[in-house]
Amino acid sequence: MQRLGCGAAALLRRSQGDGAAAALVPQLVRSYATTQMTIRDALNSAMDEEMARDETVFIMGEEVAEYQGAYKITRGLLQKYGPKRVKDTPITEAGFTGIGVGAAFQGLRPIVEFMTFNFSMQAIDQIVNSAAKHHYMSSGAVTCPIVFRGANGAAAGVAAQHSQCFAAWYSSVPGLKVLAPYDSEDARGLLKAAIRDPDPVVFLENEILYGEPFPVDEAVLDKDFVVPIGKAKIMRSGSDITLVGFGKMVGYNLKAAELLEQEGISAEVLNLRSLKPIDRDAIAASVRKTHRVLSVEEGWPQSGVGSEIISIAIEECFDDLDAPPERVTGAEVPMPYAQNLEAAALPTVEHVVAAVKRMMGK
Amino acid sequence: MDFPGGSVPFTPTLTFVGGTFSPRAPLPCYRTIDAAGHAVGEADVPHVLGQDTAVRMYQTMVKLQTVDTIFYEAQRQGRFSFYMTSSGEEATAIGSAAALTNDDVVFSQYREQGVILYRGFSVQDMAHQCFGNMHEQGRGRQMPIHYGSKALNFHTISSTLATQLPHAVGAAYALRLDKKQACSVAYFGEGAASEGDFHAAMNFAATLGAPVVFICRNNGWAISTPATDQYRGDGIAGRGPGYGMAALRVDGGDARAVFNATAEARRIAIEEHVPVLVEAMSYRSGHHSTSDDSSRYRAAEEMRQWRARDPVTRFQRWLIDQGWWDDAQDTAARQEARREVIQALETAQKAPKPPLSAMFSDVYAEMPWHLARQQAEVFAHVTAHPDACPADIPVK
Repeated sequence: MQRLGCGAAALLRRSQGDGAAAALVPQLVRSYATTQMTIRDALNSAMDEEMARDETVFIMGEEVAEYQGAYKITRGLLQKYGPKRVKDTPITEAGFTGIGVGAAFQGLRPIVEFMTFNFSMQAIDQIVNSAAKHHYMSSGAVTCPIVFRGANGAAAGVAAQHSQCFAAWYSSVPGLKVLAPYDSEDARGLLKAAIRDPDPVVFLENEILYGEPFPVDEAVLDKDFVVPIGKAKIMRSGSDITLVGFGKMVGYNLKAAELLEQEGISAEVLNLRSLKPIDRDAIAASVRKTHRVLSVEEGWPQSGVGSEIISIAIEECFDDLDAPPERVTGAEVPMPYAQNLEAAALPTVEHVVAAVKRMMGK
Repeated sequence: MDFPGGSVPFTPTLTFVGGTFSPRAPLPCYRTIDAAGHAVGEADVPHVLGQDTAVRMYQTMVKLQTVDTIFYEAQRQGRFSFYMTSSGEEATAIGSAAALTNDDVVFSQYREQGVILYRGFSVQDMAHQCFGNMHEQGRGRQMPIHYGSKALNFHTISSTLATQLPHAVGAAYALRLDKKQACSVAYFGEGAASEGDFHAAMNFAATLGAPVVFICRNNGWAISTPATDQYRGDGIAGRGPGYGMAALRVDGGDARAVFNATAEARRIAIEEHVPVLVEAMSYRSGHHSTSDDSSRYRAAEEMRQWRARDPVTRFQRWLIDQGWWDDAQDTAARQEARREVIQALETAQKAPKPPLSAMFSDVYAEMPWHLARQQAEVFAHVTAHPDACPADIPVK
């Protein structure tokens, strides 16, 4: 039985076009929200405030200084903090990643920007074998407080080598912390927490959401606002099924929950925020309440984050389950370029709705 | 003409350079002591090697040779899993170490145990590490010979070749930002210089203006791959100018030359905020490791000739020429080193192993709840079933 996504028929029904992302931003503007903030501004302000707070924080990467970032996430920082703290580097991922790791060993707090996480593959040895393990191998004598951040996951129209999710890769590695923000509150609070953290943090952003505005309340704008690492957030409470996701998929799940509500199904939406450590207790508590769990991710199915979510549900609350856990994932192929095929390779809100209805027997 | 990439003159001549078109003479190899152990009269010696330092260097070389010989045998007897000797390269490690201060930050490969020994790591520390016992500073995490000491500013070894080179550049950049009068020092072999990380480190060090001294031990062999298959062109030092970096080739078997080369490279790096590349020409007299038998791929005659050029004997002769050392002192030093090494191994072998808790600590700066839970499960299990936990593993 095919449990990956909703099968070919559903794939072909997927709506196409670039407007999809905008339509998925939830319209649940909280009454106390006072400001709209884009993800880009959330990330930018988080780095700006942390650089002002701690002079050991510096940024390095390709195009981060003069060009202000390929996606303008480092806008204005060179002008404010100068070229010693906002470093353009030669095009060698293994170089600036390794140099960042060495600088972290020596007491600085580097933020290494990958133009996209696809390019982090050229430096993954430095992340996995050096950054993640040095604290353990030095018996705790040397810490490696570094943030690796950049766009992760499917972009639009850039095909196989620019559209893939590395959440499962990095979240399997002991010694790394892995965060994936969904909205501007997450982006600000998690990035500030990552920069202050003593361990190496992989921070997975989403290119398509950079320009997306989200409501933020005043507390989020405080310069000391941080989101705790390792804690998931219930974005919407429900009683029939738990939809677990991270990053952009949280928006899909919120939209799906709205549609399901119209059909009398109450879905709880859990935003993981942290993929390592993963909030096992929050996942288990929600599943014990709803008795069903569906994991939604853009990445590939085998050994994916969804595999972990389902394992947690089975290990922690097997007897509470009223239906086999399922997952909606990207298709297990390199990302095609052609617009119709690209669309068919990615999860949609319709997939989520269809999977939930199947699990509910409706 | 001013191109964005640099100001260059034009020429009507179509001439390729390098390769087979205009082979250049190799960079010469700086030395101050000849093969027979006598001082080279006209040699530049900007950093005079005094008696106290010279004798300490020699004593450390004797100790290093003794450690290598006896630890190697101990591994062959199955007392621990792995070992690598630095035979033939003692003068490179000790000569360079003596030119550094303990404020300089060392990122070494895995054949520079002489450097950490000179900086103050004891033979007993080495024995504890190789046995991975509870006294070991690294809590039994690293494989043998992967020494490290925060107090001695010597980073624990990364087995993955050349990864330490970008680290050294990053640390040097941090030292520069802190305005410290210190540099970082990166050691590597000519085989590691073929890794992409070598290029990354060289280019970044040059463009960042990072005070790093890169010390390549060109010992002729990367396991079974000879240096002649490792590169074309003029070795490793020959690459320095291509990166816009000062470079020097030195006789790695001449401890005084290595001392001077390193001291001068260190001075330039710190005063001018630039990286410097030093290539020490030497020979790996031993096998790559205890997992290797080099007689299968290199000629016995080659090995015999190089062993006859033992750099420790060469330095000893120079010391005797200075009137700073004699045969009686030599015999006593070797006997004392042997006694110390054998005693250290016995002590280390008898010491208890690290506790189970050492498996879980230090994965993160603070233990996250998921590891705390897994550790608690293990503790509960071995408490409930004491027979499940081997008697030689303490729990906490």
